Amino acid sequence: MNIDELRDVAEKVREEAAKCSHCLRVCTAAGCQSSGAGAVVEGLKAAVGDNPQVQVKSVGCMGLCSGGPLVEVESREGGSKVMYQKVTPGDASEIVESLGGRPVERLVCPTDIPFFASQQKIVLENSGVIDPEEIDDYIAADGYQALVTSLTEMQPDDVLREVTRSGLRGRGGGGYPTGLKWSTVAKMPAEQKFVVCNADEGDPGAFMDRGVLESDPHRVLEGMAIAAYAVGASRGYIYIRAEYPLAIERLKTAIRQAGRRRLLGLNICETRFSFDVEIRLGAGAFVCGEETALMASVEGLRGQPRPRPPYPAQEGLWGYPTLINNVETFGNVPSIIRHGGEWFAGIGTENSKGTKIFALAGRIQHTGLIEVPMGIPLREIVHTIGGGIPEGRTFKAVQTGGPSGGCIPESHLDVSVDYDNLRQVGSIMGSGGMIVMDDTSSMVDVARYFMDFCASESCGKCVPCRVGTHEMHGLLDKIARGQGTAADLALLEELCEVVQATSLCGLGQTAPNPVLSTLRYFRHEYEQLLRPSDDEKPASGGQVVTEAKS
Amino acid sequence: MIVPATPPKVRVVTLKIDDKDLSAREDETILEVARQNRIAIPSLCFLEGLSIWGACRLCVVEMKGSSRLLSACSTRVTEGMEVQTNTERLRHYRRVILELLFAERNHVCSVCVSNGNCELQSLAQSCGLDHVRVPYRTSVYEVDPTHDLFRLDHNRCILCTRCVRVCDEIEGAHTWDVMGRGIGCRVVTDLKRPWGESASCTGCGKCVQVCPTGALVSQGTSAGEMRKDRRFLPYLSQMRGVR
Amino acid sequence: MTIKVTKPAPPSDDKRWKLVDVTMRRNGYYGHALIETLHSVQDAFGYLDDVAMQYVAQSLGLPLSRVYGVATFYHLFTLKPMGKHTCVVCTGTACYIKGAGQLLDAIYDRFGVRVGETTPDKQLSVMGARCLGACGLAPAAVLDGAWLANQRPEQLVKRIEEVINDEH
Repeated sequence: MNIDELRDVAEKVREEAAKCSHCLRVCTAAGCQSSGAGAVVEGLKAAVGDNPQVQVKSVGCMGLCSGGPLVEVESREGGSKVMYQKVTPGDASEIVESLGGRPVERLVCPTDIPFFASQQKIVLENSGVIDPEEIDDYIAADGYQALVTSLTEMQPDDVLREVTRSGLRGRGGGGYPTGLKWSTVAKMPAEQKFVVCNADEGDPGAFMDRGVLESDPHRVLEGMAIAAYAVGASRGYIYIRAEYPLAIERLKTAIRQAGRRRLLGLNICETRFSFDVEIRLGAGAFVCGEETALMASVEGLRGQPRPRPPYPAQEGLWGYPTLINNVETFGNVPSIIRHGGEWFAGIGTENSKGTKIFALAGRIQHTGLIEVPMGIPLREIVHTIGGGIPEGRTFKAVQTGGPSGGCIPESHLDVSVDYDNLRQVGSIMGSGGMIVMDDTSSMVDVARYFMDFCASESCGKCVPCRVGTHEMHGLLDKIARGQGTAADLALLEELCEVVQATSLCGLGQTAPNPVLSTLRYFRHEYEQLLRPSDDEKPASGGQVVTEAKS
Repeated sequence: MIVPATPPKVRVVTLKIDDKDLSAREDETILEVARQNRIAIPSLCFLEGLSIWGACRLCVVEMKGSSRLLSACSTRVTEGMEVQTNTERLRHYRRVILELLFAERNHVCSVCVSNGNCELQSLAQSCGLDHVRVPYRTSVYEVDPTHDLFRLDHNRCILCTRCVRVCDEIEGAHTWDVMGRGIGCRVVTDLKRPWGESASCTGCGKCVQVCPTGALVSQGTSAGEMRKDRRFLPYLSQMRGVR
Repeated sequence: MTIKVTKPAPPSDDKRWKLVDVTMRRNGYYGHALIETLHSVQDAFGYLDDVAMQYVAQSLGLPLSRVYGVATFYHLFTLKPMGKHTCVVCTGTACYIKGAGQLLDAIYDRFGVRVGETTPDKQLSVMGARCLGACGLAPAAVLDGAWLANQRPEQLVKRIEEVINDEH
């Protein structure tokens, strides 16, 4: 397929669409599906009947999960759009009858609220617009143009230069410069190289990758193919959690369709470049989000990390140089190639370029997926876009970065969100989960929750993480139950330091973060729960609590 | 005539360990170089001849210019590297890691058959670990005595996986592996069947010899296991036969 | 040099082994297809037993202990048969904050089972998930593959009862 054929396909889809007067888009990502979007599609189709003027389309995530199922009505004349929320199959006929007239007031979801208005979409530009199970829809939205241009008009070095110039940093959490990673793999002399997409979104509270894969899977495939061309790889793996059945299905469909259109496989665009992608399923292990553990899992082993260096870029899958990037990172690549690195670098802050997708959840009015430019103040995300705290409660903290991150209190809410600022206030960017907590949440309880998570997700390989997380959880539990003493708190802090410094991989090294950040901002909550130690207590002859200590 | 030398494949680098100037081949690890030069770095999972595991974290060292600690067993030397192996901070970390190991399972030396021949015990002594502040887990693990020659006591296991690696890499049997995850990890033979029933075990005993603690031992070594065997006293039966 | 290894015959003439064979063949009987193969065994039979692990180990040329180690490392694999119905309760952060614990307590009060357990009559297995990625719908649960959003304890228990009683 060359650029002209691509344009022909796009033209055909657009002509087809122009024949209709109205297009009804129904979000069928997992969020809306669980609130009944499937039945809504059926209902709308039945109500439309065989009217060729109206098109009913299943599309990906529109973002506002709390309003699901969402339906968007676009009329071709004037291009006006109306969004409906909490639609039921019973509303279908009313919606269809209203076409061309006044919208159904009681269902209308205002789209001029900051939740929609403050967003800037790059990775999610097609989400909620195109049908994720139709490759032609993606092509009509300029899809695969970047890949074809790269292969036919650019050298691998040109692609590397463009990505480096964009300033894109890894969206999986670490924030490592993508251009540098790609160049390292490209420079390795090896007859075989691999490209791996990390879709093992294990952070509790994060669903950005799922949103992208369910709404626009071709974008990720295109990004991977461009990366493979730039670094000289011919095989790719997508490592995806088995907990995302819909995303897996849509990816499989996308790979099949791209293969049929010869945009994947042998000699893409009649060039010498070939690239095959295979899906590998995770099986419920958070630690497999770590690069070296992920590779072990792809090789069919226990997902245990190994010491780095050597880095995957030097010795990766089966010992060959391997490029591992996250879903969102690959999702940015087609746009960077299409619009140029300069354009991308113009968005965001000095050291963090572009946009970032966040998953808003917890005690907040609007939950769902948002994509905002880097550098936006945290307060704006929580109070303006997220709509603040419901039920008249007050804000207490926002947790970013999942179990590796930290809790940010009210006093630091004006921090502008980028990699370095978040680290300074004791949290991390992470993959983009944001859990908002109100005044009913106990911070000791939150720390205990995350430590429980880390202890049960520890792979068990290295001693500090295997035993340390377990012991820290025991101490936190004791403190949360009001049984802990000042000595327990001191020991907890000491263990935090040791586990952070000596653990083998990122999971152990960051496991103490939720404790450290809550201690930093909410120490009084810990101290309130402490009981006086046995020797401080006046001798009373009452019940003596003895702890077995040696 | 002098034939020009072919350039060497491996270069020699110079580095500093504990302020000592040393030279080493660039394919050697910090731990190897230190040991060649009589600089002691504690370690448990490392064993010469087996693959690098990097899990006990006792061999962590500080490197100038790196905020992260590096495990000496898995990090290769580089030109100009400056390494500290025995700072107060590292000694503290090592003591806490040993405390965690002692708290994880039962490591009471006085009732252990390896008392006096245990790497964990001697490390605790050399690191100055005199008491454990971390709460003991006090979980009881089983003992597998089903093998004719050897015995496995999970209570003493520190999951260094030396047995797993020697069985796979040297003996080629791969009878051992690790099951479970996190604190629930333990070594298993085959499909977690009793060791004595293992079809793949060759009975070579390498696992027993590489085990740093009293987890894998020869049969007949624990207290009360001394059995008197009258067959060694043939005169008794002769006397009885005569009578 | 290629060594021809004859593949072992399936443990029984149960048709479901065909599905497992297909997965292994598609992956060229390489050892690195272990996790994919275990997935297909679990999809077909619901759990992994010794017979299945032995067959997979022999077919892929892997040591038994390796297969056992992998099967017990990943939380999605189970070595015990599951109940007729499964209810997965998400215990991710958002669901935790919004009361996933109360859901689990309510299930325990009504059916007497906690996470990872199956009722004695083999009707219901309860599982926890470390995040289903539906945080916008917290607290969420999945009952026999169907998503349930914004659950309240009594509502979830009622749904489970309905599903179980539908059978009778």
